[in-house]
Formats: sequence, structure tokens, C-alpha cells
Amino acid sequence: MIRLVLREPLPVPLEAEVLSPDVMATLAHDAIRALPVFLGKHRRRVDDCFRVEGEKSDEVTIEGDASRVKWIGRGMSRGRLTIAGNAGMHLGAYMSGGAIEVSGDTGDWLGAEMSGGLIRVRGNAGGQVGAAYRGSPKGMTDGTIVIDGTAGLEVGMRMKRGTIAVGGQVRDFAGLQMLGGTIVLRAGAELRTGAWMMRGTIVSLEPIPMLPTFAPAAEYNPTFMRLVARHLSRLGHRVPAAEAEGAYLRYTGDAAVPGKGEILVWRPR
Amino acid sequence: MLRITGGTIYDPANGVDGVVRDVCIAAGKVVADVEGGRTIDATGTIVLPGGVDVHTHVAGGALNFARGLMPEKQRVARKFLRTADRRGGLGGLTPTTFATGYLYAGMGWTTVNEAAVPVLSAKHTHEELRDTPIVDKSCLLLLANNEILLDLLEAGEVERARDVVGWLLWAAKVYGVKAVNPGGVAAWKWGKNASVMHEPVEGYEKLTPAMIVSGLARLVDELGLPHPMHLHCNNLGNPGNVATTIETMQALEGRRAHLAHLQFHAYGGENWSTMRSGAAEIVEAFERHPNLTADAGAVLFGDAVTVTADGPWQHMLHQLTGHKWGNLDVENETGCGIVPYVYRDRHVVNAVQWAVGLELLLLTKDPWRMFLTTDHPNGGGFWRYPEIIQLLMDAEFRRAQVRRLPEAAQSRIVLGEIDREYSVYEVAIITAAGPARALGLTRKGHLGVGADADVAIYPSKPDADGRLFTYPRYVVKGGEIVVEEGEIRQVVDGREYVVRPAFDAAIEEYLRPVFQKLYTISFDNYAVEPERVRDAEIRDLPEPS
Repeated sequence: MIRLVLREPLPVPLEAEVLSPDVMATLAHDAIRALPVFLGKHRRRVDDCFRVEGEKSDEVTIEGDASRVKWIGRGMSRGRLTIAGNAGMHLGAYMSGGAIEVSGDTGDWLGAEMSGGLIRVRGNAGGQVGAAYRGSPKGMTDGTIVIDGTAGLEVGMRMKRGTIAVGGQVRDFAGLQMLGGTIVLRAGAELRTGAWMMRGTIVSLEPIPMLPTFAPAAEYNPTFMRLVARHLSRLGHRVPAAEAEGAYLRYTGDAAVPGKGEILVWRPR
Repeated sequence: MLRITGGTIYDPANGVDGVVRDVCIAAGKVVADVEGGRTIDATGTIVLPGGVDVHTHVAGGALNFARGLMPEKQRVARKFLRTADRRGGLGGLTPTTFATGYLYAGMGWTTVNEAAVPVLSAKHTHEELRDTPIVDKSCLLLLANNEILLDLLEAGEVERARDVVGWLLWAAKVYGVKAVNPGGVAAWKWGKNASVMHEPVEGYEKLTPAMIVSGLARLVDELGLPHPMHLHCNNLGNPGNVATTIETMQALEGRRAHLAHLQFHAYGGENWSTMRSGAAEIVEAFERHPNLTADAGAVLFGDAVTVTADGPWQHMLHQLTGHKWGNLDVENETGCGIVPYVYRDRHVVNAVQWAVGLELLLLTKDPWRMFLTTDHPNGGGFWRYPEIIQLLMDAEFRRAQVRRLPEAAQSRIVLGEIDREYSVYEVAIITAAGPARALGLTRKGHLGVGADADVAIYPSKPDADGRLFTYPRYVVKGGEIVVEEGEIRQVVDGREYVVRPAFDAAIEEYLRPVFQKLYTISFDNYAVEPERVRDAEIRDLPEPS
């Protein structure tokens, strides 16, 4: 195992895409300590900012308040990254495999454009979770992001496939321009959920304000919700699917695009 | 002073085909002999005049709009890090200004012609060209949809139109005239296009695209511009547009013109499902019109971004592809559209487009009339020219590529049946000597005594990918060695070519009130100040004939 402990709070953001199992798995202790990071515009070594223990492992642990450390786990494809504390923006962006676990909060662009793997956040996340970067045609294309707390704006913006589950409330524009995949909102959302969505599924366990361009279509218990529920229950998030408990009211939209997406709102019995 | 010794020289303008001899350089020019100075041992290399790009888009408002529209491409573009003598920048499909200069020079190209500038954004264009190092530059003014000019052509006021064109050319500090989809961009402002040559343009009673083409070509000739009218024909990109292109050739009535990116104007068939190559018909008509030159506008599979003043076509392309679309209205002068595009080898239409560009280059017998371009960045980045040259020089390689295309595409092209292989001599014509001659740049594109000392020296053996011309061993620009062992070693500034036509200065009295009524800026702020163009080489033109 490789253990990195932040020496002191960072005065400015640190860009550190080298903090990833892919980079460190084959490196000896000295090589890990010498990896380059950018503190503001200045190039630094990893051990200028972190105390480093261990070598040659694809289990990496980061301790301390890393809320100003950006790009942790960028493009990672393997291994396990554990963050005991907070993480900064772009955590797990472009990742294709492996798992990230965060005990605290994360910044914006969590898992942006990821194509596989698992991100688990115990605290709150920022905006643009699993989203497409500005200009890109699509956001996350596979994988799972599970957030116990709240999340910010544009959760799952232009996502194409994969699953995002959020325990707390999310802010405006969840599923903006969504192209596919599933977003589960256990505590509902603020405004304009599903705006411009083309396809995909947004599930809300609480009533949410609905755009006028979404039309109610049916009340039912879709079979696939059982699969979603089973998948998420393994990750500690309970989602009801049984008929005995209630049913989902299905809205289709966004007719403004026009899209064939759906928003399922849970109605307990 | 510099002597390049031992290399095999290809200098088509002077009839030199693979002769081992020295090239001597002094004071930035090729000279007969030098004493002393540095010697480059070019043994085992091929020596060509520096490349001349007759049609490219590297500066100005449209390019900047494309850069802004595609942040996702900028993120993955090749990075140019700042060094002691080089500025930082990004490569990719719309390279930043400094990177553009490094990329062209790094490939052995030393002169570029920016093919589309409206007067309204000419200041911006010149500022970007000023920041495009190493290469020499010229640019062309968009005129075929300038409404002040079209009104005069409609009214038959030819002499006044000629003075207006002369005034506008000098106001923009440009080198020549570009016509994009004549009448079509003006019609686009009414939501229409002009794809029929002999129907009046929307908003006009009599004026047809054919009249604009012939009228403007006449004005260009009368003003004595060194480069003929540079024409982007009507009906670009549509199946069956061969007919429009041939009508355009006829409408020119024997006047000089350069047909830009002919590949996009050489499609047969009636619709997208029957679209096929029309290259053979186009070449046949082209060869009957010795007044014309053309560039291929070839496409390569992969990413591109379409950047053109042809607004209506860009809207059509956006609807066809669903890709994002940007549209600019340039007041009374022109328009502009941007649509990112990917040419896919599994896509029948794209495969036909790919073949048409190569067919045009291979079927045209006289290389002095058909030049190598990709209409950068429309058909692919200019830095991919060596890939096209490889396809032209190796028939076996080319056939192997054709066999990989979808069968439906193979039956709509003739590329697989063409055996012609370009020689290095012919490559030197389509990349340097020919374009320089068409542009009227007498000191470019050759290595005779008195020529600008722009020389590209390449290894004589292809690289690991089978390509010549990707990494020149040396590039000399204006007598300075800018590339050495494949690396940029020295950065020099390029000059800009500008013409000053002779026109009646009293034309300002006519233009000023029209302009003040129609434009959003003041007439006095319109023209580009001469000092804004760095190292301008101004050519004064004689009184109109």
C-alpha cells in the first residue's frame, strides 16, 4: 500500500494527476516522491506536499484535507484509491476502472467523462458530477458514482451511460441534456431536472418540480428498477422497487428538444 | 551566406528534375555562387523549393470562432511549450497563431495564402498573421456577397464597381479577391441559398450567381491583380453539383480564375444515397478551360472542422450531422459558419469524398494547374499533407486503402483503377511551383537565381510510415536556417504580400454616405491602417486596362 499524507494545508490549488494507482503501481519509493505536481504555476515534487510511505502498489491512500488537490485519479484504470478526508475538483475524471472511496466531500466535475469504475463519496459532491466537459458531446459513458450527501448543479450533464446515485438533494439541472444512463435522486432535486434530456432515466424518490415539457405517461413498477435497487443496495443505498411499497409515476420528455427520456417519481402506497 | 551542397535538386519552374548540384544563398536570395559562409551537406537528400499553400484558413474571425466553439478539441490538441526563442501554443485543427507558423515551417512550407477575409475583420486577421511566424503570408478579400458591390453589379455600373473593388482591396490590405458561393451568402440573410447559376439571387431582380462570377472575374482582370479571382463555387457539397461547377466554368467566359477546393464541387448522383465521384467529368471540363487553375481540397479520414463563409451550406451540414453549429453574420459583406466534422472511412459519402480529392489530383494531367490542399481545416489539418503525397506517389498503397472502403463506395469511384504515381518532381509542382505561379509570386516556388531563399531539404528515403516530406532535415526561410535536424532552431518573421490597385480616390465620396447608412461602424474606422500590417510588401498595380 502507498500512503500519502498532506504535510500542511495548501495555500493554492495543487494539480496532481499523478496521484493515481496507474502511475504509482510500478514505481519505487523514491520515484513516487519525485513525481511532478503543480502548485499554482510552480512545478513541485510529490514529497514537497505529501509525506510518502510505501511503494509499488495499486492501493493508494491519501490523508489530510485534499480539497484543493485537483485531478486525483485522473484517467485511472485499476486499483483502489482511498481518500481519508476531502478531495478537490476533477476527482476520477476520465477514469476507466478501479475504485475511488472518499470519506469527506469532493469538488466539482467528480468522475467527469468517466468510462468505467466506481466512485463512492461519503460526504457531499460539487456540481457537474459525471458530466461532459464544456464543448464535449458526451459525459460519463459507463461506471457508477454513489454520493451519500448532496450534489451541486448539472449532475450527469450529457451523460451517456452508467449510474449516478445521490443520497441528499441535488441542485438545478440534474440530467441536463442527458443522453442515456440512470440518475437516482434519493432526496429529490431543485429546479429544471431533466432539461433537454434526449434519453436516459432520472429516478426521484421525492416529489420534484417538473418542467412543463414533461408529460405524465404511466404509473407502474418497471422491472429494471429491481436491478437498479439490487446494484445500489450493495453500495449501501436503498431504493424501493416492490409493488407492495408503491409505484413510480413516469414522465416523458424533454418535449422541448424533443427527447425520449423519462423521469420516474416514487409514490409510496 | 549559405551553400547547400550534394543534394538532389527538384526545381520544376526551372526545369531541374533531380540534378545533384549546389544551391547558393546570399542576402536571403538564391545566387549563382557564394564564397565562404556556412555549408550544409545535403548528400543523400532531396532539395525542393519551400512549399506554398494556395488555400488555407489560418487567421481571422472565423478561425477564432471555431477555436471558441470547440474547447473539447483544444483540450486534447498538441501542446507547444514556450522555449527561449519559441512562443507557447496549441496545435490541433485550429492551431494558435505561433503554432501555425511552427507547424508549416516544420513541414517545409514557407508561404501561405489565407483564403477568406472580410474587410470588417481584416484588422484582426492581419494581427493574427503578424503573430504567425516564419512563413510569408497573403490573404484574399471576400467580395462575392458584398451588398454594396452586388447592388452596383445589378445596376450595371461596372466602372464604379471596379473603383469600389479597388478601394476595398486597399482598405483591407489584401492580395486578391475571393468569391464564396456568389450570391448564396447574401441570399442566406433571407434564409435562402443560391445554387442555380442563372436564377436571380434572393433580394435582387436581375443579378444571378453567373453574373456575379463573370462580373467579378472581369473586375479582377481589369484591376490587373496578380492572382486571379479565387472562387468557391455555388452548390458546394451537394450530390450532383458537377453540373453547377461546369456551368460556373462556362460563366467565366474564358476569364482567369482559381477554383478552390474542387473536391467539394465534384460530386455526381442525385441525392445522398446515389452520390458518386464526379471527378472525371470535372477534370474533363477543367482541361477544356486553360484559363483555370484549381486546388484539390482533399479530405482525409479523421477529425476536421468546417470553417467557411458559406453560411447556408453550414446550416445544411449541421442538419445533416446533428453536430454543433456556429453562424456569424458579417453585416453587408459575407457570413460564416462553423460545424465540426469527422470523415469516417466506413461512411460511403465520406469515402467518396476522400477518393474524389485524390482522383482530381491524379486525373488532371497537368500538375501546374491542380494543387495540393485540404482546404485546411475543412478536409483535415494542413500538417497531414504528407499523407496525401504518400497516396499520390504509391499506387499500390493507394489501392490497398481503396480496398478497405465499403463496397458501396468502391463502386462509385474510379480511384482504384488509376495507376498514375506522382514523381518527386510533380510533387514539387503541386506543393510549391504551381501554387506560387498561380498566386503570381514570382520569387516563390523555385530555386533559380533571384528567388527567395526558401528551401526544404528532406531525407530521400521515406520514414517508418512510408512517408516522405513529414520531417524535413533542414528548412531555409529567406536565407535563414529555421529547421535543422527536424527541429525548429530559429524563428524569423514572415512578410505579408499586399496589392495597391489603381482606383479613383473620389470613390470615397460615393462609398461614405452608403456606408454610414448601412454599417454599424464609422467609415473612418473601417479601413486597415498600413502600419497594422507588419513587413508588408506592397505591389502597386497599373491603371486599369
